[in-house]
Amino acid sequence: MTTYIIHRILMAIPTLIAISIVSFIIIQLPKGDYLDRRIQELEEQYGDSSSMEMAAELRQRYGLDKSMPQRYLSWITGFVQGNFGDSFRYEVEVNQLIWDRIGFTLLISIGSLFFTYIIAVPVGIYSATHQYKFSDNLLTLLSFVGMSIPAFLLALTLMVFAFELFGLPLFGLFSSYYEGAPWTVGKLGDLIQHLWIPVIVLGLNGTAGLMRIMRGNLLDVLGQPFIQTARAKGLKEWVVVVKHAVRLAINPLVSILGMSLPTILSGAAIVSIVLGLPTVGPLLLRSLLDEDIYLAGTLIMLLSSLLVIGNLLSDIALAWVDPRIRYE
Amino acid sequence: MSNSSGPLARTRSSDPDNNTDNTGLPFDSVVESDELGYLSYRQLIWKRLRKNQMGITAAIILLISYMIALGANFFAPYHYNQIQMRYRHVPPQKFRFSLRHGLHVYGLKSVRTPETRELVFTPDEIKIFPVRFLYRDNQNGLHLLSSDGPMFLLGTDRMGRDLLSRIIYGARVSMTVGLAGVFISLIFGSILGTISGYFGGWTDTLIQRAIEILLAFPSIPLWMALGAALPAEWSSVAIYFGITVILALVSWGGLARQVRGKVMAYRELDFVKAAEAAGASHWHVITRHLMPGSYSHIIVIATLAIPGMILGETALSFLGLGIRPPMTSWGVLLEEAQRVTVLLHYPWLILPAIPVLVVVMSFNFLGDALRDATDPYAD
Repeated sequence: MTTYIIHRILMAIPTLIAISIVSFIIIQLPKGDYLDRRIQELEEQYGDSSSMEMAAELRQRYGLDKSMPQRYLSWITGFVQGNFGDSFRYEVEVNQLIWDRIGFTLLISIGSLFFTYIIAVPVGIYSATHQYKFSDNLLTLLSFVGMSIPAFLLALTLMVFAFELFGLPLFGLFSSYYEGAPWTVGKLGDLIQHLWIPVIVLGLNGTAGLMRIMRGNLLDVLGQPFIQTARAKGLKEWVVVVKHAVRLAINPLVSILGMSLPTILSGAAIVSIVLGLPTVGPLLLRSLLDEDIYLAGTLIMLLSSLLVIGNLLSDIALAWVDPRIRYE
Repeated sequence: MSNSSGPLARTRSSDPDNNTDNTGLPFDSVVESDELGYLSYRQLIWKRLRKNQMGITAAIILLISYMIALGANFFAPYHYNQIQMRYRHVPPQKFRFSLRHGLHVYGLKSVRTPETRELVFTPDEIKIFPVRFLYRDNQNGLHLLSSDGPMFLLGTDRMGRDLLSRIIYGARVSMTVGLAGVFISLIFGSILGTISGYFGGWTDTLIQRAIEILLAFPSIPLWMALGAALPAEWSSVAIYFGITVILALVSWGGLARQVRGKVMAYRELDFVKAAEAAGASHWHVITRHLMPGSYSHIIVIATLAIPGMILGETALSFLGLGIRPPMTSWGVLLEEAQRVTVLLHYPWLILPAIPVLVVVMSFNFLGDALRDATDPYAD
């Protein structure tokens, strides 16, 4: 098991390096940079000659006068040491801007992952054990609807409904009273009150898909001879289903855990923009529009790293539940 | 699934009138009641597909939607950019019917609310405008339904443009982005997938690692970054193609993996070995023996990939990083509904979400039905 884990961690390193290169290239793609715009402003203010000097100074300060590979190298060495460079727009270190947001992103993502599995597994089991009954068909239809609704539309719709029906403003993660206040029990309660909407909105897509997979897996397993044997032994039906069938059918779901993370992180980005949540999404959009390259690059890199780590964890979890994998 | 019909069909007679199958024996000596034996692979798929009512309904809905999108200038009552500043944020109007006037709509009268000084429209029951079939206006030609007065069945936006017309025209962009995107990613995906699966070795490793890295990015943030990189001075048509390429770039990886799996399974089979032993070139083996076998599978994957792309375009345009006005798409329309304050005042602006859902769901159902129909173990 230990060698397996070490092997997997070593495998993740080249992936991370490649991701960092791709992230860096993508954020450099737009023509010009943030400073071009700043320089234009300066030119209008001071006329030509002095603005050129200031521009050169700014370029030097942000390292924009160097060549791209050099910039990449200094960026990535800083990155590894936890120094992500400066944000042009906010004129502070990227470090100060992101950690709260990463925290809330993780909170919401993990929350909806839990929601997804807690709902999807039992419903999938129910659906499989009641195959082609009315309730199964209804659930199938619902899951198709659930899979088709993009999270941000659901968020918009829920927001309108919540406002019309209950007068609840669902914007943000905190009421205005607690915004920026230090952490207290009251603030935590307020957070939980606001948290359920994004968690459900984000979890719904995944829940619908996962339910279908659980249903399909379980149906496959239930058709196998050892299930017949278990029934022939006279075991109670629920023992057959829960102890024999589900135990086996749930394995693929563990590996899907790693795959559902990208969907949830993706969804979280756009849902947060709609719901005004203080996560990575809105900051990323802002930084992309401003061509605030170090900020945008850091965010993309961190989101992708989260995915790599998530995949790593789900691989390890899979090895833990399925001995065949760790002995390979 | 075009000319040749896959390995499965080859084991059976491809000509239903020919009374022998490829064992060379007369049919009745093989299986008596096996009706399936007469059918080609394509016929088999069609037969199974027809039984799936959800799938067929979805296909019909999609067909109708594409026809409406194609004939947008006929089906839409107005041109999508026809600005009528008099009629800003008009709520959806209803068709009325009376024996005297036939099908008609009421005119609109506007009142300013005392509190917000905002124009609010209500039906003016004195003004009656008959709704005409095959209405001809001198600028845009023939319309299926229109009227001399204001006829905004789904309301108007902040510039007084008819929402229904904009949804119909928007379908052109939203519904073709998915098709074009899938087409591009199919080309990438099947070429690289086939190469990867057929040649194996370091080519395979290289391609697979590249795909792994691609899949390691969360798709929406990656789309956002690429969308933001499209130059501001591009025309809206160029942006449209740019978006298509972006959507395809991010999604070909999954497709390539599936094709690779199929190709790897096939290349171990006897008929491929036989072709190689007979001296067939790589090209011949790939195009004549491997690709036909994967066609049905590829079509299923492609169908199931379209909704993701449609949603991708919607999401990007919704964020203002996708299609840019004056071109319109469902995402562009939804962008106006982005702010809750707007939505609370003018709730009809969220209506473009409905066609998104219907089309995405139809593709999901159709893809699922196709998957069931092409499953060789189904019967």
